[in-house]
Amino acid sequence: MELSRRTFLKGAVVGGAGFSLLGFDLTPAQAQLKELKIARATETRSTCPYCAVSCGVLIYTIGDKAKNVTPQVIHVEGDPDHPINRGTLCPKGASLEQDILNERRLLKPQVRRPGATDWQDISWDQAIDEIGHWIKKTRDNTFIEKDSQGRTVNRCESLAWIGGCTDTNEFNYLVVKTMRSMGLTYVENQARV
Amino acid sequence: MARSWQLKAGFMSEATLAIKKISGHPGPAPGANVERDYQVAKLIDTTTCIGCKACEVACLEWNGYTFTETFFDNSYQTMPATTWNYWNLIKFNEHEREDGTLQLLMRKDQCMHCADPGCLAACPADGAIVQYTNGIVDFQQQNCIGCGYCVSGCPFDIPKFDPTTKKMFKCTLCVDRVSVGLEPACIKSCPTGCLHFGSKEDMSYLAESRAKQLRENFGFEKAGVYDPSGVGGTGVIYVLHDVTNPEAYGGLPKDPHIPWVVRFWKGPAKWIGNLAMLFGVIGVTIHYFRYGPKEIHPRHDNGGKL
Repeated sequence: MELSRRTFLKGAVVGGAGFSLLGFDLTPAQAQLKELKIARATETRSTCPYCAVSCGVLIYTIGDKAKNVTPQVIHVEGDPDHPINRGTLCPKGASLEQDILNERRLLKPQVRRPGATDWQDISWDQAIDEIGHWIKKTRDNTFIEKDSQGRTVNRCESLAWIGGCTDTNEFNYLVVKTMRSMGLTYVENQARV
Repeated sequence: MARSWQLKAGFMSEATLAIKKISGHPGPAPGANVERDYQVAKLIDTTTCIGCKACEVACLEWNGYTFTETFFDNSYQTMPATTWNYWNLIKFNEHEREDGTLQLLMRKDQCMHCADPGCLAACPADGAIVQYTNGIVDFQQQNCIGCGYCVSGCPFDIPKFDPTTKKMFKCTLCVDRVSVGLEPACIKSCPTGCLHFGSKEDMSYLAESRAKQLRENFGFEKAGVYDPSGVGGTGVIYVLHDVTNPEAYGGLPKDPHIPWVVRFWKGPAKWIGNLAMLFGVIGVTIHYFRYGPKEIHPRHDNGGKL
């Protein structure tokens, strides 16, 4: 049988169309993936507030910091550049997003009066005033100038200071200056930052 | 060892991945195997797991599922088995050694991402389960019909049904993260470094060298790597203290296979059915030529009416 150019082309076109109809396709199939939820997020470095290990964390926030937008934290994970944890986290640290996005999160000062069973909200001004008042009163009443052998000690044993894990070096310097100036001896801190 | 899964991931767009296998699809996946891609794998070293469950929390957090209340059942284990919204579970197993001492075995249970996935083989819905060219087996919930056949195909009891949406869910190996060059959330969180992620080749090498170390330096003579060939190898491989007894690690099957019923139904049953149909047509045709059309004789006992 003589195969002319025309017949060959016809055959190729018809055959190709047939194969395409039957599902032969050489372009790679691609599946839609779930979009990376932190793709457009702002990355902020921070420190885990829980224990003294002080792991570095990355806080991912959506919202481009535009004037009319309230940013929203969407994810927290370990900071790979942090020398302490190099990106890893413990289960408590891995749940930090829920520490931020939590309806039970404490957002304002509260006080439980002597003898009371529940907490009541107070303003920041009132809280600071009351704390100052109680510090002054306690210190005035219990300040020890001389010990039993008459040596000058100038200390206040009835107050103590405890700091948190995210307190920085500079902050702790100020803490020690302030607390020692009041005569505090019990100054403790778990910060390793 | 020089190969890197990240090289490939870097070239890929963020939103899609090439597909190697498609469930319930006539013919092979279009364009499959025309491009080389690197297999990714998780390595779980059960000998250095401390059972802290950071991977569980990281998985929940990344995938946006909230924690539900659990009950205490005389075990550190969070719940009896993985659920549709809890894809990653550390299984705690108290194992008595031969000398009578107790050993607490901890194994991270999640989808194994088999090279020959039973869920995909059993799935009748076109495109509900796909295997990407990097080896990740992923459920596409928009195509899922909620039939649950994947459960019968899976030797590890992983796919779980959500009664609200009527869809199946399981670990995605954080394909959204992996496709842009990040490691899965569980891997990143692990504080003891018992979880590793990389190309299958690198992870196999690392696993073998760790098993060798356990055998030679730590007295675990039966230490080895769990990468079952019955399902074509897995995208999640374990280093076990005792590779001869994987059942002790919370029911890890010794020799997992896709059930023969699923194999038969998706393999021979198809062409046997087609053959039966073909022979039926041939038989009818032969009958027609041999005996001719069926003649209907009028019945005479009721006056010639049909």
